[in-house]
Amino acid sequence: MLTLDAVLNGLATAADEPAQLLPARQQMAFTLGFHIILVPFGVALTSLTLIAHYRGLRRGDSTALLLARRWSKTAAVLFAVGAVTGTVLTFELGVLWPGLMGTYGAAFGFPFSIEGLFFFLEAIFVSIYIYGWNRLPPWGHFWTGVPVSLSGIGGTASVVAANSWMNQPGGITMRDGKVVDVRPSEVFFNGAFWGETIHMLLAAYIVAGFTVASVYAVGLLRGRDNGYHRTGFLIGFVTAACLMPVQLFVGDTLARDVFNDEPAKFAAIEMVPTTDDHVPETLGGVLIDGEVRYGWQIPDLGSILADFSPSTTIKGLDAIPADVRPSDRTVSIVHLAFDVMVGTGTLLALLAAWFAWLWYRHRRVPHNRWFLRACAVSGLVAVICLESGWVVTEVGRQPWTVVGLLLTKDAVTTEGNIWALFACVLALYCAVGAAAIWVLRSMRRRWRAEGDDNVTVPYGPAPEPEPVAARPGPREQ
Amino acid sequence: MQDTVAILLFVGVIAYALLGGADFGAGFWDLTAGGAERGRRPRHLIDTSIGPVWEANHTWLIYCLVILWSGFPTAFTAITTTLYLPLILAGLGIVLRGAAFAFRHNAMRTPEQRLYGALFAVSSLLTPYSFGAIAGAIASGRVPMGGNGNAVASWNHPTSHLGGILAVVVCAYLAAVYLHVEARRADDPGLARYFRDRGLAAGVAAGAVSVAGIFVLHSDAERLFHDLSHVALPLVIGAAVCGVACMFLLLTNRRVLLRQTAAAAVALVVCGWGVAQYPYLLGTHLTLDEAASPRATLQVLIVVACVAGVTVLPSLVLLFRLAGRGRLTIH
Repeated sequence: MLTLDAVLNGLATAADEPAQLLPARQQMAFTLGFHIILVPFGVALTSLTLIAHYRGLRRGDSTALLLARRWSKTAAVLFAVGAVTGTVLTFELGVLWPGLMGTYGAAFGFPFSIEGLFFFLEAIFVSIYIYGWNRLPPWGHFWTGVPVSLSGIGGTASVVAANSWMNQPGGITMRDGKVVDVRPSEVFFNGAFWGETIHMLLAAYIVAGFTVASVYAVGLLRGRDNGYHRTGFLIGFVTAACLMPVQLFVGDTLARDVFNDEPAKFAAIEMVPTTDDHVPETLGGVLIDGEVRYGWQIPDLGSILADFSPSTTIKGLDAIPADVRPSDRTVSIVHLAFDVMVGTGTLLALLAAWFAWLWYRHRRVPHNRWFLRACAVSGLVAVICLESGWVVTEVGRQPWTVVGLLLTKDAVTTEGNIWALFACVLALYCAVGAAAIWVLRSMRRRWRAEGDDNVTVPYGPAPEPEPVAARPGPREQ
Repeated sequence: MQDTVAILLFVGVIAYALLGGADFGAGFWDLTAGGAERGRRPRHLIDTSIGPVWEANHTWLIYCLVILWSGFPTAFTAITTTLYLPLILAGLGIVLRGAAFAFRHNAMRTPEQRLYGALFAVSSLLTPYSFGAIAGAIASGRVPMGGNGNAVASWNHPTSHLGGILAVVVCAYLAAVYLHVEARRADDPGLARYFRDRGLAAGVAAGAVSVAGIFVLHSDAERLFHDLSHVALPLVIGAAVCGVACMFLLLTNRRVLLRQTAAAAVALVVCGWGVAQYPYLLGTHLTLDEAASPRATLQVLIVVACVAGVTVLPSLVLLFRLAGRGRLTIH
């Protein structure tokens, strides 16, 4: 993320930048990058859980119910970690970026209050849902999970509204460096809102779907070929695979929006040094002394992708005033991150197509080992895709924090030793991350010991002497 | 308009103090519950009673932060750039507390549980102390308008120490009273007595700290002392009455109004702070008026709070009722 940028930029600080800038950016990048991995599980894993839950209740499928129960417990652990790391981010906005919050809090801040509302609902219903197993009537319990999914979507939209406002700020009137008037709907539904929000929501579902699928693909590869693993695999994989083509389309549209609305970011993404038509599409490569090096160039394709014609003119980096032009290294990072995002996204789409083909041929969960191996890493690939997407949008905005209004070096705090803070945060997060993985693994160990065929307990979290609460389905009869 | 938003903000502060505070207080009792064997039963009660609700209770903090930074952004950054050290400590406590509590729940082996439990407990002290110190710094006017106040002196003074200690003691007191009621509901007289004794002790401690606080404020934060002893005096007296009433109810083993009086005592103290502070946000140098965002933003915040009133409050009531009836607690 931004960390890479900072490292590549060397640890030296430019003369006109506060000493806090570099560590603050690194810390923000690290904590955001950490938190964003948890987001898909808070937002989308609950929906996958509900799909399994629905299936379980509808068809009396105890395997699906067992999956739902275990996923909800996993989601509970990840949700707790996400809740606290999200709180850290709210602290950081004030501690690290007072220039942003103090001046633009009136505009940038209020989408977070809407997010707070959704988060509140999410936290309440997550608790009800997770603790409701076996304690609420089956369908009533199912419905307490629905607000979790819905508020996850609302919360994502609100946070992305704040982020997209930084890319395309609007809806405010400034006087003497102060925000004197705010038009809330223009702030919230800014130019970049819809594209970014839909892109992120789809990404959340895709990451969660592929991650779930990879867990069960590993199980299938190791010979645990049972209904439990097949159902778990299918729910995750099919959700992600169905959304993947949509995501390619949305992403493509979004890139053209960036071309039209954020030419500076587009120049960095496409790594175009000088304004020109017949711009080639550069794959890979870096920018050194203002020149594209080492990349593989496809003639005219850049222009064609931007506006369907080889004669389309793309504004280059030279169109950006020199004092706010991103450095060569920043451009290279944005460009490479974009390539990684598109590359991994395409691979995931191909995987989905492969599945469609195998399913069409065999009508069952594929046994093809190479396919399952690919699935086993698909979760990781999806996370890489997600992270590089955020690098594109965040680093691609530099040197601005709020495009055209606030430079990052003016947003950062001027007090305190942020390197020390960053070191502590790094250690703390590594410990929390390691502990989270450890706990999830120990949960898995326990579940494996319990077995995958939960015949005795079709509904509920613990083997309690309770009657079958779910409607008996055809399978059991 | 800004007054309405300030009141909404304060509602959040009170809710966080009463609900989040009690969860931190439970951590305090977790810390002092003794070894694994001796502390098993109180820890189990703490686990089951805060497990389903702590995330919702924690969200009040987010609510306060977002209202503060959207409604009064300059005051927010003045606070964060001055008091970043206690804020970082509070954040550290929040991460450790939340993560450790969630992990302990799922950890199987005793040493692991012990590690997470210890982290949970220690961080339960760190966070309320830090927030109390922050409140003390704000109330005594140690946060300059432009921010970047002295990073250490701003919260290393008698009023902040008072705030921090009071916060820890009050959280412990609230938690003991709530847990006492929980234990009675669970029909466990031994545990009920256990928490009753602790509630009495914490109540006495809270009273003693408050009385000492009068002298501290008199010498360290004159304006706050003046306002607390004038405009906010009825609230202070009300808090004292509720506090004493709660102790009486505890002593006589009554269950009616027990939690309510404890909560009212704490809420009134926080209210007293708010009234004494009004119309200033920081010391006597930044009024609500000057710090407020443009009208439209304040309107959005009020609308959001109203929507929260009709969606979040009923959901919270549902959660508490389900949890209270024992339908969500773990067996």
